[in-house]
Amino acid sequence: MAEEVQVLGSWASPFSKRVEMALKFKGVEYEYIEQDLKNKSPLLLNYNPVHKKVPVLLHNGKPIAESLIILEYIDDTWQQGPPILPKDPYQRAHARFWAKFVDDKCMPQVWKACWSEGEEREKAMEEASKALEFLENEIKGKKFFGGDNVGLVDFSANFLAYWCGILAELSGLQFLTEEKYPNLTKWADEFCGCSFVKENLPDKGKMVHVFNGLTKAYTSTV
Amino acid sequence: MADEVVLLDTFFSMFGMRARLALAEKGIEYEYKEENLGDKSPVLLEMNPVHKKIPVLIHNGKPVCESLIIVQYIDEVWKDNNSPSLLPSDPYQKAQARFWADFVDKKLYDAGRRLCTTKGDELETAKKDFIEVLKLLEAELGEKSYFGGENFGFGDVALITYSNWFYSYETCGNFSVEEHCPKLMEWVKRCMEKESVSKSLADPKKIYDSILVFKKKHGFE
Repeated sequence: MAEEVQVLGSWASPFSKRVEMALKFKGVEYEYIEQDLKNKSPLLLNYNPVHKKVPVLLHNGKPIAESLIILEYIDDTWQQGPPILPKDPYQRAHARFWAKFVDDKCMPQVWKACWSEGEEREKAMEEASKALEFLENEIKGKKFFGGDNVGLVDFSANFLAYWCGILAELSGLQFLTEEKYPNLTKWADEFCGCSFVKENLPDKGKMVHVFNGLTKAYTSTV
Repeated sequence: MADEVVLLDTFFSMFGMRARLALAEKGIEYEYKEENLGDKSPVLLEMNPVHKKIPVLIHNGKPVCESLIIVQYIDEVWKDNNSPSLLPSDPYQKAQARFWADFVDKKLYDAGRRLCTTKGDELETAKKDFIEVLKLLEAELGEKSYFGGENFGFGDVALITYSNWFYSYETCGNFSVEEHCPKLMEWVKRCMEKESVSKSLADPKKIYDSILVFKKKHGFE
């Protein structure tokens, strides 16, 4: 039976891009359906009624939401491609821990630092720096977080490899400097060099244009 | 080689209870170590340097952190010992179980915390949010015996450990969970009939006492 795979996503969203990168990584063909997050479609509201967010993966009409859950679903379903998670339970737990760490302790702080001011910004910067230090330590001695090959944590940290740099330029803040985080910087280059990542990076000019016109309200719709 | 399993935990933590419950479900013997969160042990700080939080499962000296990650680890390591699986084998069912466990963590903890630490309008908002989340979960349960369907599973583990906190939430917020979500309370009673659940959950009154101490200490009265 021919498989039907669709991604409801947003072109600028790193969460959405995680899913596209993973599908390309696994060699799974899919149809991409761009969502307007300011005017959510009946399709999105129907398939993700709980969070009303992107990304949503539709596999033969059945929806899966939340990007890290989608990534594990992709790995469980399409076992013929390269693995996203290792087989060993301890290494799987390790990967899940760091993927969650990026989502809970790194991304939100970087995002908040870019959009806040004064004391709030300082606090967010401090928390982001602490998180980056942990990640710098975690990637030391490895080509990717997944080891020799890309894995769950690399996809989870895609924001750091690309989006972070653009936000830093726009906000005048510094996050991932080579001086402070040489290993993470090297990882970012390696990761962005992978074909399934390169083909899925949103256009920088387009992003700058969007971010320049953005208000704080946007952060709640992604 | 005999497995060495240690759990760093605190009695009232709904997160720690998930680990206890998973170990009980799988019939795994372990050493329980109660942590004083006001004075964290060197072991805890060594085994969870990133978050410095409980629970931490230490399996043959190697630490696993974050409760839902611990539960999945327990399910995967001891999958061949004739005990029930907590996660379904079907990828789609597995994703759904993970989704609802994630939903509980994203929405219920925060509303519950606000119920215990706020007053006036903020408290009323927390109550409204809390009940809304429970109603969504009740709708997801539907007519099933468990979130896992016929069998107790991952989604049930994620949520049932909040049930012994209901007494505290109800007292702080002056409301009744049963009044708003009777089917969910039926599910709670059904789960409590399982020995693994009843022995892993703490006494609701003792949890409330520990919240009162916390509130006093941090000026939330």
